[in-house]
Amino acid sequence: MTPLISLPTHTLFELSGADVYYGQVCALHQANLKIAAGECVALVGANGSGKSTLLRVLHGLLKPSSGTARCLSRRRQAMVFQRPYMLRTSVQNNVALGPWLRGTRWRVAKARALDALARVEMQGLAQRNAKALSGGQQQRVALAQAWALQPDVLLLDEPTANLDPHAKREVETLMQEFARHHEGRAMTMVFSSHNLGQVKRLASRVIYLEHGRILADLPVDQFFDGPLPEEAHLFVKGERI
Amino acid sequence: MNSLSESAVTALRLIVSLDPTLIAIVLRSLAVSACACLLACSVGLVLGAWLGVGRFRGRGFVLTLLNTLLALPSVVVGLLLYLLLSRSGPLGFLGWLFSFKAMVLAQAVLVLPIVMALTRQTVEDVERSHGEQLRSLGAGTLIRSLLLAWDERFAMITIIITAFGRAVSEVGAVMVVGGNIDGYTRVMTTAIALETSKGDLPLAVALGIVLLAVVLVLNCLLSLVRRWRERRDAGGAGRPHPVWSGTT
Repeated sequence: MTPLISLPTHTLFELSGADVYYGQVCALHQANLKIAAGECVALVGANGSGKSTLLRVLHGLLKPSSGTARCLSRRRQAMVFQRPYMLRTSVQNNVALGPWLRGTRWRVAKARALDALARVEMQGLAQRNAKALSGGQQQRVALAQAWALQPDVLLLDEPTANLDPHAKREVETLMQEFARHHEGRAMTMVFSSHNLGQVKRLASRVIYLEHGRILADLPVDQFFDGPLPEEAHLFVKGERI
Repeated sequence: MNSLSESAVTALRLIVSLDPTLIAIVLRSLAVSACACLLACSVGLVLGAWLGVGRFRGRGFVLTLLNTLLALPSVVVGLLLYLLLSRSGPLGFLGWLFSFKAMVLAQAVLVLPIVMALTRQTVEDVERSHGEQLRSLGAGTLIRSLLLAWDERFAMITIIITAFGRAVSEVGAVMVVGGNIDGYTRVMTTAIALETSKGDLPLAVALGIVLLAVVLVLNCLLSLVRRWRERRDAGGAGRPHPVWSGTT
């Protein structure tokens, strides 16, 4: 089996001194960050620490108020959101929408959607109304949506929050699969999570955020076993949620 | 009281016997309002959806203007269109004054802000919560607005029905630009106003009953749409799963 994480070769994302403000509120403060191809980066931190904002900046959905963000073209990225939005149409059409919006012919996009659904074992529900699916099923469809875009980078914003343990495990397994089997090389993945067990299992690198600041950026083993800043240490111990 | 009951009985007789004058007025009314709705909705749904998603300089002013137009008095619309369409007006060459087309135009102008404002609000609400995901997939402003409007199609049907209800019950503008000409531009509302002023209550009451029936049918349609939407969204989840109660 291909190892989950290959060695970083070239930089896909580079943030330097990036600030993001929502009105008067600073959601991201002086973020400096480089992410290389093949890395699997976990963003951890309490609610409102800036994880989702950082993901949106990486994806190009948000522009920093100051500082710079150099990112891979959004065409080569896909993002899975915490609460995926399904259009009131079939599962297959929902998955085909992404490739179609990026210039693929509708017929080809629908065929690609079926392949992607097979990948998440949802092909049997291809003709079902996507709105009628359960939360876990919708999250799997969202993963298929991302897969159908054939991205080099997958960004996931708390993909297993609000899911029951079984659905959580299924989504996590799919994330592992995606990372391993992407055209013979590891897919770059950046995800936010509150689940430290999941972070341990999936990530090669952990970034800890608090009040919009990156307080720790370490390889996964060092994050869990090595010395940490006080705030991150309390978070790992479960004393800061 | 006596004249009211007599009028009601005569009115019902007119309805049951499908009185040709009554039917002609009702059909003309429905045709005018349907055409006005078609015109207003084909423009208003797209523009409203685009306004819900698009961000541009002066958007706040446009929205304030749009919300002000919601309270546009129909006689003012009638007067403005009269001035535009009258022989000496800038659109006088069209020869539309006191015609079916003028009434369609008047109702469309009245209904357009309603369609646009309601569509804008609906689409903007969905855009705020989910637009980002469509953006992430690669949808630009126009595609996003159309996708969101299409996804909220049940709400759009409700907006269309509301617009039709507003158009069919309108009296001021069509009276001014239509002229209430017998057999040509007389519609339900203008006929009711005229017959009441003449004291011919049975026809006015009959038309009133039909108008109320139209509004009732529209309301029934609205609730049907709502139920249909709920059932569609529930999908196959409507069938209950067996539950072990422990007491067989």
